[in-house]
Order: sequence, then C-alpha cells, then structure tokens
Amino acid sequence: MNRLQWARLFQRRMVLVAVVLLAGLLLLSWAFPWVASQDPSDTNVLSRLKAPSAEHWLGTDELGRDLLARIAAGGRHSMAIAAVTALAATLAGTVLGLLAGFVRPLEAPLMRLVDAMMALPDLLLAIALVAILGPSAWTVVLALSLVYTPRVARVVRASTLVVRELPFIEAARALGMTDARVLFRHVLPQLTSPLLVQASFIFAYAILAEAALSFLGVGMPPEVPTWGTMVAGSQTYAHTSLGVVLYPGLAIVLTSLCLQLLGDGLRDLLDPRLQRTT
Amino acid sequence: MLKFLLSRLAGMLAVMALVGVIVFGLTRVAAGDPVSVLLGDQATPADVERAKVRYGLDQPVAVQFAVWVGQVSRGDLGDSIFLQRPVTQALLERAEPTLWLAFLAVSVAALIGVPAGIASAVFRGRALDQVLSTVAMLGASIPSFWLGLLMMQAFAVSLGWFPVSGYGEPGAPLAERLRHLVLPAAVLGLLNSTLVLRFTRAAMMEVLTEDYIRTARSKGLGETVVVLKHALRNALVPIVTVIGLTVALMIGGAVVTETVFGLPGVGSLVVNAVMRRDYPVIQGALLVVAGLYVLINFLVDLLYAVVDPRVRL
Repeated sequence: MNRLQWARLFQRRMVLVAVVLLAGLLLLSWAFPWVASQDPSDTNVLSRLKAPSAEHWLGTDELGRDLLARIAAGGRHSMAIAAVTALAATLAGTVLGLLAGFVRPLEAPLMRLVDAMMALPDLLLAIALVAILGPSAWTVVLALSLVYTPRVARVVRASTLVVRELPFIEAARALGMTDARVLFRHVLPQLTSPLLVQASFIFAYAILAEAALSFLGVGMPPEVPTWGTMVAGSQTYAHTSLGVVLYPGLAIVLTSLCLQLLGDGLRDLLDPRLQRTT
Repeated sequence: MLKFLLSRLAGMLAVMALVGVIVFGLTRVAAGDPVSVLLGDQATPADVERAKVRYGLDQPVAVQFAVWVGQVSRGDLGDSIFLQRPVTQALLERAEPTLWLAFLAVSVAALIGVPAGIASAVFRGRALDQVLSTVAMLGASIPSFWLGLLMMQAFAVSLGWFPVSGYGEPGAPLAERLRHLVLPAAVLGLLNSTLVLRFTRAAMMEVLTEDYIRTARSKGLGETVVVLKHALRNALVPIVTVIGLTVALMIGGAVVTETVFGLPGVGSLVVNAVMRRDYPVIQGALLVVAGLYVLINFLVDLLYAVVDPRVRL
C-alpha cells in the first residue's frame, strides 16, 4: 500500500472513527496502570458491586475490584492474544497458500486439508484443541491460530493463482530467477493488501473467540482477567449490578466492531470490483 | 446428473476421510493417554497394561486407526469414558434441544436477514441501507454469550416473560419446551441474521443491475413485482447457500448459547466432555458435526437445481 492509499483510507469517516477508538482502547489498556491508582486485583469486600463513583468510574465487581482497572487489564490480555493469533495465522496461512498456489503437486493435498479443517466449526475445533493441549494463554493462541490458518491459506492461494499468470512473473522467470526468489520478491508483495484485510478480520474474530472460550471455561484460566473471563466470573451478579457484565462485553463489541470496520474499509479501498457495487 | 452426484459424493468422502484423520490424530497428541484418564491415579501398572490390551491401545497406531475407521463406518463411535454409554446414544439423547434451537434460529435469521437484505439492496446508498449495513456489522461484533446474558436479564429475570434457563421438566409438553427455546433462538437468530443480510444484499444488488430488470421496468411493471418476482428469484441461489451455511454455523454457535441458557443439548455435552477429558465424546461430536456440515453443503448444491433451472446437474 502506498501513501496515497493510506490517505484515502483515512478519508472515510467510519474508518477514521474506528482507528481513533482502537487507539483509545489500546491507550486505556496499556497506559491505565501508569496514570491510575486502582489495582485490578485489589479486592475490597466492603465495596462490592458498587455503582460508578468518583473513585471507581465504572463501579466495582463482586469482589470489590475496580471495573475500569479490570477492563484495562483484560484488554491487555485479550488484545495481545488476538494480535498474536492474527499474526501467527496470517504467517502460517501465507506459507501454506503460497505453496498450494505455486507448487503444483502440493496443491490438491493442501487444499483438501484446508477443506477438512473448515468443515469443523471454528469454535468447536478450538474447544477440542484447547481440551487436548491443556488451558493456557499459549494453547488458546495455538488453537485459534490453527482454526484461522486455513481461511488465510484459501485467500492467499486464490490470489497467488491470479498473480502467477501475470506478465511480470513470466518476465521475472525469463530473467532466470529461481522459484523462491519469484515467490518472495514478486508474488508475495502483491498479496499485502488481501493479507491486511484478512489479518484485521482475524484479529476481530479472535477477540470474540477468546472471549467465548474463556466464558465456557475452556480458555484462559479464570484468575487471569480477560474480557471473557470477566463476564464468566461475574455473570451470576448481573441482576444486582448489570455493569459487571455490561462493560466488559461492550469492550469486546467495540474492539471487534472497530477492527471489522477497518478491515471493511481496507477491502473496499483495495478491491475495485467491490467499490463499484457498494 | 449421476456423474455429478458421484463426483460430489467422492469429494465428500475425501473430505470426511481427512476429517477422520484429523479427529483421530487430535486425541493421539493429547496430553496424558486415555487409559490414565480412565483409571485415575490409583491404578497399578498391571491395571494400565490390562486396560491398554482391552481398548487395543497396545497395537500400532496404524492398526488402531484402521479399527477405529471400521467401527465408525458401522456407526459405532465408541463408548463415553465418563457417561458409561455409547457416544451415539449420548448424542441422540441430547440432539432434540439442539436441532430445535438450530431450526428456530435459522428461521429467525432468514425471516430478518432476507427482507432486510432486499430492502438494503433496493435502497442502496441511502439512509436505510447505511443503517442496516452498520447494524449488520454490529451484529457480527456482539459475543453471543453476552447478548444472551443481557436478554436473559431483561426478558426472563426482570420482565419474567420467559424461563431463565433449562429445558423444562423431563417429559414436559412441547409448548413448554419451546418456551425455553425462545430466548436462545432469538439470540442465535439475531446474530446470524446479519450474515444472511449481507449475502442477500450483495446477491440482490448484482441481479438488480441485469438487463432483464431494466426490460421488466421498461415494460411498465411495478417496482414490487420487479424486485420480488424478477430479481429475488434470480438471487435465490446465493441466498439459499448462505442459509445452508448458517445452519452449519449454528451447530458450532449452539455450544455457547446452550451453555448460557442451560439447555441440555449437544453443545453442553461437548463442553462437559472437554472439562472431563472424555475424548470419545469429543471425537464423536466433531465427526458428526463435520459430517452434517459436509452433508448440508451437498444438499445446498442439490437445491441449486431446484431453485435455478439453468443449473443442470
């Protein structure tokens, strides 16, 4: 993507709003411990399930812990897990997709494997993987990466099939370049745009999936604050103080929505065919 | 026709075979072997050996796989370690709430998504379209467990219109059981309607630019007839596809919704199996769900021929 395209991206109001909100969420999560005195793990039985006040801007949870501090801490975990997942799935999917699109004998077996992986529902496969690998942050990342890798592989293969027929690839080969050089220096750069789109959507899906896994009790350990474990831990107190369920959930919705708006903006910008119809 | 059916069937079998390898492989890389899970900490080495022989775990992995494939192809998914009964029986016992939930939720998703998608396409670029598109994206960002908890709080706890959780007493009349499904089906249906909306909108917009739509308009037909008879009929193929896809997605999504609302369905069976490391149940459920997914895709392909007479199988 060149500078002109970035500029055009941010001219879209929705995309700009999404990026600003995302920056705000990132700032809240990582800067909160530096500017605020509330500790996310400080319990206080005397101020359980309190309404928002000057001291606790979003109120407190069932153990008297500051909700805003917990949402900031949860954001650090949730966003880090989702970001690493998006990165890992994009990298692995790119390698598989390039191989399937460029190395003929590998195409059929790799794509059948992708089909088989995609026949298993995302969440069910992730649950089974975490069950087998044991619950921890790394297994959640590994399980979710495995779930989203086939999706990237499919997109990368489709783009590779188009790119490899273009004249400049033929020219590169005619100049005597090796397959590997053609693949990494000439094919891969053409895939940056679809990869950026995929990565932002996977980031959004991973936020939702980690929250769902943690909610079910098969993701992050309950003592680690993530937006999912917060809702899971406090759900029985929703009738006393709705905020304990409402606010962490809103953080999930906001993050995922902004990431999808960003991905959508990127796609509209980069796909001239879609620009015509939308 | 026959050739198409056979090639599709072969493709289905190939995918299912790979799913089988993945599902079988998953439990072989599992931390802790199934025997120690089954026997617990108190077992002596002799007990472990005996159990291994009994379950065929002393055989080479290839032999174990062959035996397992033989069993599965006869419809035997093995026995649950924890529930002390065949996995197929456990799945069948839990199938009813899940199937009802999926059916009701897909109906909700289609009844909302298709008309909204049509409206969005007809009024493209205008305020209604923008509102609907934003709502659709919002729908794709809402965690189902969170919406479930909020709706439960509003409609079951505060207003008392629906039961909070469960599936009624065993043997309760159908109406009572369905009352327990209203909120879960609404949650799952609302969230999945956004997917239906997006696909319907895209399909309708493509069709609405066709020449025959201009012809229909120029011969003086009303807009309603043009949209509903000429355009919608031709956009049905992608719409049917996405509804089929939604059915498959429901099966996965039901896991979370069933847990929130305490429904005794396949989803909660799987979650409990995961907690207890009951591998045969996890294996069986994954296999059955993947089989359903592949089957639904196949049925959708067949439906193409019904919906669009130009598609000759």
